Amino acid sequence: MLALALCAVMSIVTTLGIVIVLLSEAVPFFTEVSVWKFVSGKDWSPLFSPQSFGSLPLLSATAFIGAMAMAVAFPIGLLTAIYLSEYAPEGLRAVVKPVLEVLAGIPTVVFGFFAVYFISPNIVKTLFSTDATYNAITAACAMGVMLIPMVVSLSDDAMRAVPSALREGAHALGANRFQVAVRVVVPAALSGIVAAGLLALARAVGETMIVTIAAGNAANLSGNPFEAMQTMTAFIIDVVRGDTARGTIEYQSAFAVGLWLFVFTLVINLLAQALLAKFREVYE
Amino acid sequence: MIVGVPFRGLPRPQKKQIRKATDHGFVGLGMLATAFGVFAVGVLLFDVATDGVGVLNWDFLNSFPSRTAEEAGVKPALLGTLWVMAFTALFAVPVGVGAAIYLEEFAGKNWFTKIIEININNLAGVPSVVYGLLGLALFYYWFNLGPSIITGALTLGLLILPIIIVAAREGLRSVPPSIREAAIALGSTKWQAVRFQVLPVAMPTILTGVILALARAIGETAPLIVIGAFTSVFFVPTSPTDAFTVLPIQIYSWISRPLAGFQENAAAGMIVLLVVLLSMSSVAVALRHILAKRRMW
Repeated sequence: MLALALCAVMSIVTTLGIVIVLLSEAVPFFTEVSVWKFVSGKDWSPLFSPQSFGSLPLLSATAFIGAMAMAVAFPIGLLTAIYLSEYAPEGLRAVVKPVLEVLAGIPTVVFGFFAVYFISPNIVKTLFSTDATYNAITAACAMGVMLIPMVVSLSDDAMRAVPSALREGAHALGANRFQVAVRVVVPAALSGIVAAGLLALARAVGETMIVTIAAGNAANLSGNPFEAMQTMTAFIIDVVRGDTARGTIEYQSAFAVGLWLFVFTLVINLLAQALLAKFREVYE
Repeated sequence: MIVGVPFRGLPRPQKKQIRKATDHGFVGLGMLATAFGVFAVGVLLFDVATDGVGVLNWDFLNSFPSRTAEEAGVKPALLGTLWVMAFTALFAVPVGVGAAIYLEEFAGKNWFTKIIEININNLAGVPSVVYGLLGLALFYYWFNLGPSIITGALTLGLLILPIIIVAAREGLRSVPPSIREAAIALGSTKWQAVRFQVLPVAMPTILTGVILALARAIGETAPLIVIGAFTSVFFVPTSPTDAFTVLPIQIYSWISRPLAGFQENAAAGMIVLLVVLLSMSSVAVALRHILAKRRMW
């Protein structure tokens, strides 16, 4: 019994461990680099001298690529979910759902390969006259495809949880399927759908391998999707791949960025959980 | 009375044709979106398969990495993946299932379990690269385990712990309370009821969840790079304290080498990885199927 309780406490220990580890390296970092410089500085070059620790380029790249990926994944995922939940015959559903599950189970390193060797040469270079293989939009497209199954399955769950009485009522008043789907089911499932979007966004922010492989790994404060960029996650990989010794400011900067990343994803996740809790309260 | 949708008045009367057209247009849009996802899976798998199938043979599975693409293989990476998976399971499965049993069967609904629940939900959303930083500072340096299999397994174990807990709780919840009540009425203790009645019935669901969680661990790259797993290993690991590499890292190192031939090696490595994952999920699906057939109520 006590052993079982200890197993459950393990999850709390993990969270504490993450916070303590991140703080224990980030605090010495922030005694050398002021928090304000870190947050607002526009130049990030910790691995070359003169060193500079302004994290805005990493932050903007993370937000920019995440937003572009969501611009691909959210509309496609939501339309798919509406179609599967409100229109598709059971037979089609039974085929599409497992296919999307396959997509969800593909490791992200495979999406990185797909980005560099398929999306970049065949789609990005043909559609837009650019010749850079590694750029933000390539990574964002691959990430968008990766996120589709997550958006579909979470928003499909939300719409299926809407009681059928609401649909039947609307039909009885003369609404057709389109009106039922868009004016009844989607508004009723809205908090669940927004939560799905938020969870996918948190996943996009924390995604590492696609951006490490495909986005070009150069810290760059820019809004041009055809330029190389480095996200927060890609920077962490960049640091640990080099021979950075423990105790150096480069090593500590990875944990400072990790702390930021942890805080951002935590806030997004908490928002999503709160929305889901509200959603469940209404229908369960 | 169901609340949730504010009444916004009746829709303005529209021409029947317009209503029909929007409905049809919307169906088309939905089908297009659905087809896009399915098509993307197809293109991705086809692209990887055509790139990699040429180099995939027994030598590729049985060779060490090499500077020349033709001689390179995945043997240490494949074995490393199996080693890491075994030790991840050894650590994460008992702890995860134990936590699930505690939360579902013994702990009441109080503030403590509520905190643990919120915490598990949030842990599931922590980026995997952050788990890597935890493993690097804690297991690599503080416990002085170095870039070993055990460091990797502990890191991945913590990563999949929330997934296992959630899946195991679902399995336990699917067992009706009457089973527990009957066992207790016949004089067994709470623990005996759980151990000998509930757990065996819930086992297939729990196993399905465990397999899917391990599949997730096998596909992880970033946390293992962070804890210092090697990119190229020229020996086969023989103990949990050995250095190691895994398939995704080997694939990554080939992707990032722009020389001719390594792209095909990366693709072939992915085929091996996907076959491992696919066989794991088919076991999970089969288990689910057996479960559905054996259900007694």
